[in-house]
Amino acid sequence: MDGIHDLGGMQGFGEVGYSPAEPVFRRRWEAVARALLVVVAGAVKASGGEFRHSIERMEPGHYLTSSYYEHWLTAAATLAVEHGLVTHSELEARAGGWFPLSGPVLAPPVVDVGPDVDTPRFDVGDRVRVREWHPPGHTRCPGYIRGKNGTVVRVDGIHSVPDIEAHGTARRREPTYSVRFDAADLWRDGQRGVWVHVDLWDSYLERS
Amino acid sequence: MSVRGYHPAPASPVEQRVAALEALLTERGLVPAGFIEEITRRYESEIGPMNGTKVVARAWVDPQYKQRLLADGTAAIAELGFGGPEGDHMVVVENTPGIHNVIVCTLCSCYPWPVLGLPPAWYKDPPYRARLVREPRTLLAEMGCPLPDDVEIRVWDSSAEVRYLVLPERPPGTEGMTEAELADLVTRDSMIGAARL
Repeated sequence: MDGIHDLGGMQGFGEVGYSPAEPVFRRRWEAVARALLVVVAGAVKASGGEFRHSIERMEPGHYLTSSYYEHWLTAAATLAVEHGLVTHSELEARAGGWFPLSGPVLAPPVVDVGPDVDTPRFDVGDRVRVREWHPPGHTRCPGYIRGKNGTVVRVDGIHSVPDIEAHGTARRREPTYSVRFDAADLWRDGQRGVWVHVDLWDSYLERS
Repeated sequence: MSVRGYHPAPASPVEQRVAALEALLTERGLVPAGFIEEITRRYESEIGPMNGTKVVARAWVDPQYKQRLLADGTAAIAELGFGGPEGDHMVVVENTPGIHNVIVCTLCSCYPWPVLGLPPAWYKDPPYRARLVREPRTLLAEMGCPLPDDVEIRVWDSSAEVRYLVLPERPPGTEGMTEAELADLVTRDSMIGAARL
């Protein structure tokens, strides 16, 4: 989905709240949220795609105004409700007020996924173009490179396609690649001497 | 009754929401005794940047290890005993006088846990994720890491299964130092690429 999480290249956020040192958990609830996510993801057997999509579906205003530990809490609670471990009203009763969950899945479950792809279509040095498409569900193809041309710099392992595993129990495995883009090709105001590398599944790409 | 939708009513405080989920999952027998304390302890004292500093120091003192590290990061990092979730497919990228590497996850918070631990808040927040792929020179300078114009910047967006670790340059004047002393010089942010040593 073209969601709020797909932040690459967005403008207007201002300075990074940079700190060279900070505790892993600033408050105890952050550690608890972290642990509960592990508990829920294990109990419902969430794939990486399903887990990430449960964060991506957060209401955009909530996403932008909450910390990542709160994203993890919201993901854990959303998955727990969607898989029937707890109900939303139970959560709100215990919390003593509104307990925001992520929004509904917009994409239909994927049933017919086609065969695994065992052989990489591209080699190091090949020019490729990123498909220009806007799937309603989960994808690991950032918006800022869609339709752009790049060069394969590394052929990586064969992995389950997140777009499929996020939406059902079916799986398809494909080769993955690291693709290099010249910042000048990505942005009108791209900075000189900058290469941006994005790691992409085979079906995200076509020959340039 | 709370109002839902685009402009929701204020949520109950986050501590209360966490406590609510914890209580309900515990009542259902899903949270093993001591599990939360164990997760806390592990990420506070075992899984963190102190592991990455050992990898970097070893690469600085042992050219053959460095070669293995750059050829197969996962295997070379495992030689030092580090591995696990978010570290199963490691690629180590080397800084040189003319090349500066820096890592980001524009879509979420992907980060090499076994060598760096859980990411700092700024790495997961929108400004860093939005700006690093668009204006890295400006952003790194703002963060205290200005780079000369003739230094090439390589940004690595961790969007699939690979997780990255930056191998910073060994600082000058450290020739006589031991491996342990060198490890103490290495900072978390130099292994992200948000700082130089």
